[in-house]
Amino acid sequence: MRDLLDSRLLEASFLTMSDRALALYRTMARIRAFENAAEEASQGSVAAFGASLAQANIRGPLHLSTGQEAVAAGVCINLVKDDYVTSTHRGHGHTLAKGASMEAMMAELFGRANGPNGGKGGSMHLADFSVGMLGANGVVAAGMPIAVGAAHAVKIRNEKRIVACFFGDGAINRGPFLEALNWAAIHALPILFVCEDNRWSATTPTDAMTAGEGALARAAAIGVPGVQADGNDVFAVDRESARLAKEIRDGKGPRFLHAITYRFKGHVSVDAAAYRDGAEVSRALQNDPLIVAAQKLSEADARKILQEADQEVKRALKAAAAAPWPQARNAYTDIQDTGGERWR
Amino acid sequence: MALTTYAEAARLALQACMKANPAVVVLGEDVGRGGIFQQYKGLQQEFGAARVIDTPISEATILGAGVGMALAGLKPVVEMRVVDFALCAMDEIVNQAAKARYMFGGQGRVPLVARLPIGLWSGSAAQHSQSLEAWFAHMPGLVVVAPSTPQDNYSLLRAAIDCGDPVIYMEHKELWGLQGEVSDQRIPLGKAGIVQQGNDVTLVTWSKTVHAALEAKTSKSVEIIDLRTLWPWDRETVFASVRKTGNLLVVHESVQAAGFGAEIAATVAEELKVPVKRLGAPRIPVGYSKPLEDEARVTAQKIEASLQ
Repeated sequence: MRDLLDSRLLEASFLTMSDRALALYRTMARIRAFENAAEEASQGSVAAFGASLAQANIRGPLHLSTGQEAVAAGVCINLVKDDYVTSTHRGHGHTLAKGASMEAMMAELFGRANGPNGGKGGSMHLADFSVGMLGANGVVAAGMPIAVGAAHAVKIRNEKRIVACFFGDGAINRGPFLEALNWAAIHALPILFVCEDNRWSATTPTDAMTAGEGALARAAAIGVPGVQADGNDVFAVDRESARLAKEIRDGKGPRFLHAITYRFKGHVSVDAAAYRDGAEVSRALQNDPLIVAAQKLSEADARKILQEADQEVKRALKAAAAAPWPQARNAYTDIQDTGGERWR
Repeated sequence: MALTTYAEAARLALQACMKANPAVVVLGEDVGRGGIFQQYKGLQQEFGAARVIDTPISEATILGAGVGMALAGLKPVVEMRVVDFALCAMDEIVNQAAKARYMFGGQGRVPLVARLPIGLWSGSAAQHSQSLEAWFAHMPGLVVVAPSTPQDNYSLLRAAIDCGDPVIYMEHKELWGLQGEVSDQRIPLGKAGIVQQGNDVTLVTWSKTVHAALEAKTSKSVEIIDLRTLWPWDRETVFASVRKTGNLLVVHESVQAAGFGAEIAATVAEELKVPVKRLGAPRIPVGYSKPLEDEARVTAQKIEASLQ
């Protein structure tokens, strides 16, 4: 079997069905391993939710996508390297699934000089332009207008790329959601809007804060066709994404995927999410996307993939801990060239 | 030489840039019909609707899409109508455009020009009359430009479009009809102009109050500096003048409290230990009725009083 770790999922459309299943599972396993390791390395990262500040390799608020891996994997297997992705504050999975190096990502979270952002971004601004990942974002829904602009540039330049725009369920209550969908529709832009619905807006259930029929109905009202998928079933996400991506590549304009999943962890990694109903969480854990997907694989294959992911993340942690810090003078680079030598 | 208006000068600059570089695109409300100040007149006919893009009234996405276009390799000129409306796009300006290059460790840049006209505009009241240049000068990552003449509007808009950093480009709404000679002269960003030589006091200003300063009658010999670019501001020119005159007055139409004049005055006082003075609008919203609006105007008479 070809080395899926390196050729990534980006050529996955050429894979046989069983190879495709393995590739999807591998991406999910790698995201899970990354999130678990990042969670551990970030304990004490921020004084919030009753947790106090302590020494931690990963500093600041860390938003984990644990439990949501099927959405990132199932969408991104339908993208090629040149396609663009914009992401959210909960964006590690999207970045990894789009083809970024796990080792480089971990270095960025550790604030080291060899992260893709040189330590200037961290988790919330993680980006890897070399694989078309145009940035996580610290502001809910803020990636949507940027994704629309990237898609508009693609159209103006007659390029073949498409854009996948990830956002959460909380984003549909912000103005840029409406603006971005409307814009994409009137200009028939090549963009897949992916509402990764983990049911929670920070510590508030999104349902209680959302009027009407929700994301898909709002998209339909704006004239962006879409579909709902079980966001915990990676094969369902893949199937629907494949169909929507093909329609987009065929020039049919924007499409919308509403993938319903669940946020296993709190809002940030130090949030124990005690505000949630235990029964709700238990039900969700039984529907773990990795367990759901493993049913389609042999036990040996699944175990091997999990072990490889575990080894990969251990290497990434070790490398990140040994990586150099950015020089203090780098605080003054890449701000602006015009007047860029003047700080006061 | 034939006279050209401030609005037409900007149009000529944009036209020249669009001819020279196919990556330059325009997006904003009403641009296809020339824009409400006609500063885009004829451009859609010349360059097509794909490059002069009519948009919905969606300020956040007009600006945000500009950021996305820039990250994907275009050079967007983003029309915001007036700075007051750009407040609907502050996240996109402050958190996205200004920060993207830095946050992403230099992986992407945002060579975007956002046109945010400032200033009183007879009878336009509190939400269409503001001068908020200090807000943007405060923001690392942004260049801030405020042209005062047709020539400057031509030359500085060309420089802004050539700039690789996001530029907040602030034309003045009561200057659109101002006429002057315009040549293909180039003026770099960050370079002030000395519009009147003098020996007794240095008067630093920009945008429309440059003209009020020129009108002010005083027995003093006043050196008037048009700053043109607020960030980066031309300290060398200002310092050289203040070293000569020993006095500084900064004048702007924006509210005086926490205005950019405070930054210039403080810097000059720190560096040169000379007396400094500011003149700006009182800290009031702009009223609709003329007597109320006039309270917010920085006039030649008020400048004369400040010079005493």
